[in-house]
Amino acid sequence: MADTKRIKQSIYFWIFRAMSMMVVFILVAILYFIVSRGIGVINWDFLTKSPEEGMVKGGIFPAIVGTLVLIAGSLIFAFPVGVFSAIYLNEYMKKGKVKSFLQLMTNNLAGVPSVVFGLFGMALFVNKLKFGDSIIAGSLTLGLLVLPVIIRTTEEALKAVDDNYRLASYAMGASKLYTIKKVILPIALPDIITGLILSIGRVSGETAPILFTVAAYFLPKLPHSIFDQVMALPYHLYVLATSGTNIEKARPVAFGTALVLVMIVLFTNIIANVVRAYYNKKYKK
Amino acid sequence: MAQIETKDLNFYYGQAQALRNINIAMEKNSVTAFIGPSGCGKSTLLRLFNRMNDLIDGSRIEGSVMIDGADIYARNVNVEDLRKKVGMVFQKPNPFPKSIFENVAYGLRVNGISSRSEIEGIVEASLQSAALWSEVKDKLNKSALQLSGGQQQRLCIARALAVAPSILLMDEPASALDPISTSKIEELIFELKKQYTIVIVTHSMQQAARVSDRTAFFYMGVMVEFDDTTTIFTNPKEERTLNYVTGRFG
Repeated sequence: MADTKRIKQSIYFWIFRAMSMMVVFILVAILYFIVSRGIGVINWDFLTKSPEEGMVKGGIFPAIVGTLVLIAGSLIFAFPVGVFSAIYLNEYMKKGKVKSFLQLMTNNLAGVPSVVFGLFGMALFVNKLKFGDSIIAGSLTLGLLVLPVIIRTTEEALKAVDDNYRLASYAMGASKLYTIKKVILPIALPDIITGLILSIGRVSGETAPILFTVAAYFLPKLPHSIFDQVMALPYHLYVLATSGTNIEKARPVAFGTALVLVMIVLFTNIIANVVRAYYNKKYKK
Repeated sequence: MAQIETKDLNFYYGQAQALRNINIAMEKNSVTAFIGPSGCGKSTLLRLFNRMNDLIDGSRIEGSVMIDGADIYARNVNVEDLRKKVGMVFQKPNPFPKSIFENVAYGLRVNGISSRSEIEGIVEASLQSAALWSEVKDKLNKSALQLSGGQQQRLCIARALAVAPSILLMDEPASALDPISTSKIEELIFELKKQYTIVIVTHSMQQAARVSDRTAFFYMGVMVEFDDTTTIFTNPKEERTLNYVTGRFG
């Protein structure tokens, strides 16, 4: 009896362990797949020059710039809106139907397929507001897409702040706003940054929302204003893989592009993690 | 004149009545202990003195609470000013995850004091008053969370003292602490009553007997008896009080 129990324990232990190891294996496999095929084309020119000869030669500089601009543009819009609405939801709203409804809608917004965001962005920003295919239209569309991610992660971060801190602050005669600014947000900051990390990953990789709102098929020059179009890495990758003049020849460039995209996401994650660790450590050690 | 006084005070959480017809008066620079079994309303009453119960949805108050002769539930009362005058220390030590210095300076910054030298002076004085200065003076910039539980609680007391309240409310301030830390807090209460009016909620009968001048015994939302601490513990008028302080129930 005791033996079967122990064996059962052990079997489940190995199942759990195997599953968690599998995650690592999948990530490593994807990275290996991309790095091994893409590393060959990566050099200084690839990172700093425009595409040439039907995109099978030259670099991907405009697409890199485009993606960075879209990350920045969408977060400039989505981060304050998301954080402010999460503050309202968690700190000001009383429990009840209205709050549940808002939370339900936020979750539903997160579930809307990204291509639908693309269509909506095209209808509203490109056509109705007459921004045309532009950085601003693409940024706003991507911003809408990550808004629920930012709201939910911020809300969770605020919820995790011990109520005793709020009480202590109120008991000192601090107002609600002062308490939020000086006590709650600093404590929640590391987790809010986690939401930002997720958003950056999401924004930099999405293709559908930018397809109808900003992305240029081929645009060797850099944008001059927020009303210009840009190339972007995920869309460039899509173009190289599906509709180039010579798909076979473009294959290495496609993998190089994928590698750069992965690196940008990885790099921003690392930076955000360092910032997060800094705030976590600041006073908690 | 009493510094804190309630008149025909009733308090409700939604439909449930938590306090029934409380009439109590506490003198300046005295220590009053609230005792009674869990759920008797003693903490609820304490939190009415700095209006912390305002934060609870659906709570309702009848009657009045007077502090220094003014009704603190009157319409024109600024709750934030009230809380600067009526400090509070909580059951669980709750220093902010900031430095020791910033914890004590918090209330000063809330009040808009920005002069560095003024803040430093008050921080030191408050830590002195809370009998913590000698232990932390060399590590003011370290995180408050590195301190022991007892030190954290004294830090919370220092934090409350920094804004110069005249009343200090303590909600079971030593219940999460070890005996040595507890006795330090009790010695501190003894010192503090020279300058402050203290109201302390406690589950420990010995603590009430040791630190307080007057003791109020609560049972099911009613204040059963309120008298000198010695009387409550040696010669109470009510049988329920006698049964409680002798440990027969509660």
